[in-house]
Amino acid sequence: MSQALQASSTAEEIIKPRNTVGRRMHSVLHRLPALSPLVVLIITCVIFSLANERFVRPENLSILLQQAAVVGSLAVGQTLVILTAGIDLSVGAIMVLASLVMGKLAAGGTNGVLAFAIGFLLAVVAALLNGLLVTRIKLPPFIVTLGTLSIFTALTLIYAQGQTISLPSGTFLTWTGDTIKIGRFGLTIGVIMMLLLYAVFAYALRQTAWGRHLYATGDDPEAARLAGVRTNRVLLSAYVVAGAVFGIAAWILVGRINGADPNAGLNANLESITAVVIGGTSLFGGRGAVVGSLIGALIVQVFDNGLALIGVNQQYQVLAVGILVILAVSVDQWIRSVKS
Amino acid sequence: MSSKAVLEAHGLVKTFGHVVGLGGVDLTLYPGEVLAIIGDNGAGKSTLIKCLSGAMLPDAGNIAVEGNGVSFRSTQDARAAGIETVYQTLAVAPALDITSNLYLARERRRPGILGKVFRMLDTPDMKKHAKNHIDDLGITTLQNINQAVETLSGGQRQAVAVARAAAFGSKVVILDEPTAALGVRETGQVLKLIRDLRERGLGVILISHNMPNVFEVADRIHIQRLGRRVGVITPKSHTPAEAVAIMTGAMTLDPAEADGELAET
Repeated sequence: MSQALQASSTAEEIIKPRNTVGRRMHSVLHRLPALSPLVVLIITCVIFSLANERFVRPENLSILLQQAAVVGSLAVGQTLVILTAGIDLSVGAIMVLASLVMGKLAAGGTNGVLAFAIGFLLAVVAALLNGLLVTRIKLPPFIVTLGTLSIFTALTLIYAQGQTISLPSGTFLTWTGDTIKIGRFGLTIGVIMMLLLYAVFAYALRQTAWGRHLYATGDDPEAARLAGVRTNRVLLSAYVVAGAVFGIAAWILVGRINGADPNAGLNANLESITAVVIGGTSLFGGRGAVVGSLIGALIVQVFDNGLALIGVNQQYQVLAVGILVILAVSVDQWIRSVKS
Repeated sequence: MSSKAVLEAHGLVKTFGHVVGLGGVDLTLYPGEVLAIIGDNGAGKSTLIKCLSGAMLPDAGNIAVEGNGVSFRSTQDARAAGIETVYQTLAVAPALDITSNLYLARERRRPGILGKVFRMLDTPDMKKHAKNHIDDLGITTLQNINQAVETLSGGQRQAVAVARAAAFGSKVVILDEPTAALGVRETGQVLKLIRDLRERGLGVILISHNMPNVFEVADRIHIQRLGRRVGVITPKSHTPAEAVAIMTGAMTLDPAEADGELAET
């Protein structure tokens, strides 16, 4: 009799869902997708500062931020597109094209503000073209942007005619390279702009209906449409708004290199995707936080900078970033698969 | 006819290439009644409700809400006219929480400058209303409204979708197979919700394969067969076996019965 009771209680125990560590971690990561990259960032920073005390010096951290500014701001736009379950392979090409137009116009005597406005508009139009091809002709974003990547790159090279343009500092276009001293920290205007972009889009994605609709569209477009979300409009807006971000990234790039160079952003396309993916945003759409992409961009820079400081071959940085990308996608798969 | 129809459709036609989805279907729904739509697979049930809910534009035919002609170009149009739909696929965004799903595409903004200029959502207000609403409906399976929908069971997701329709439907609520994925107790809850909606004077359209459910809750039963309405019966006038026979073509109704007028008295 008592044996039978005992048996039933063990059966109960077996069936009852257990609140294991893995389960709890899963539910936390589910709510805060940027948490695991943040942990990685903190751990790597601690390790590098133990390995070389120069790492944590304000001067070094300032340089690190400046190096992350261009890819970091591109990653904001890339996040918007990836949240809709899309991908934009042409982000760097759009930025370089816009920066070259800005630089060449300014070098030719055009007013800096006007030169910026024209380059900025060009970036928006280029992104609009991607968005229209995705929403109207219903082509996969990967294919569309693979094509436009070549188109924009070619246009850049044709327009540049092999020239690089250098601009004097102190002008409107190079303002983004100016430094503001805060104690021993030196933040460029470009870094501050990047941080502002993150603040603006963290707000827009979390606190506005547009943000909710972007997530819903990336998550399940048919469900979002049936619930009344104008999914095509949301998709197009994601590309266009991302284009505006790329226009600002172009300005930051001009300030960073004091001019325009058709070969400046060769790796920026993939680096922005790397930052977003390491930052915990799902390539399948509908999941992630824009702040994660900032963390992702910083992680890449920390590896770059830290390994250089301790005298390790730079190739290991590339290796480390590759491993991180695979890890990040694996974590994302795990978050999406198990139901808590 | 004691009251005016809240939703009427005449001669709805929808074709998909050579396939006839709807071959001229009429439908009448009165306020405060539950109209069940039954039919075999491919009878045009889903196409019919998609036309009524704005998810699909019929090739021909008229739809009227309270006697006024309408043309729904999107589900938003139908919602604006007071028609809410619970789709078989539920149309919920898995990664969003219950509140966000209830208010998806009709979010509330903060009053004042925060809402107008900064377009800020009024999340606390939406949460409060969502909670009250779910409590009012007596849905006990949804404990935490901050939970992501993908962490819910099938029955709980159904409850979210039904709650959304019930919360915002002012004239008509359409439910496509609302009990298909549910257990006995959850089915009972959904049927109770349907009766509550009828009590509130709404017109309810229920698409279901489940004959016991249909005969338990429906006032009238619209039978679709091969893209056409073959008759309208009531649970009193016919047995479930007869309904199935009509549905499958084993039995036909007299024209007088088939137009549904007999059943409406």
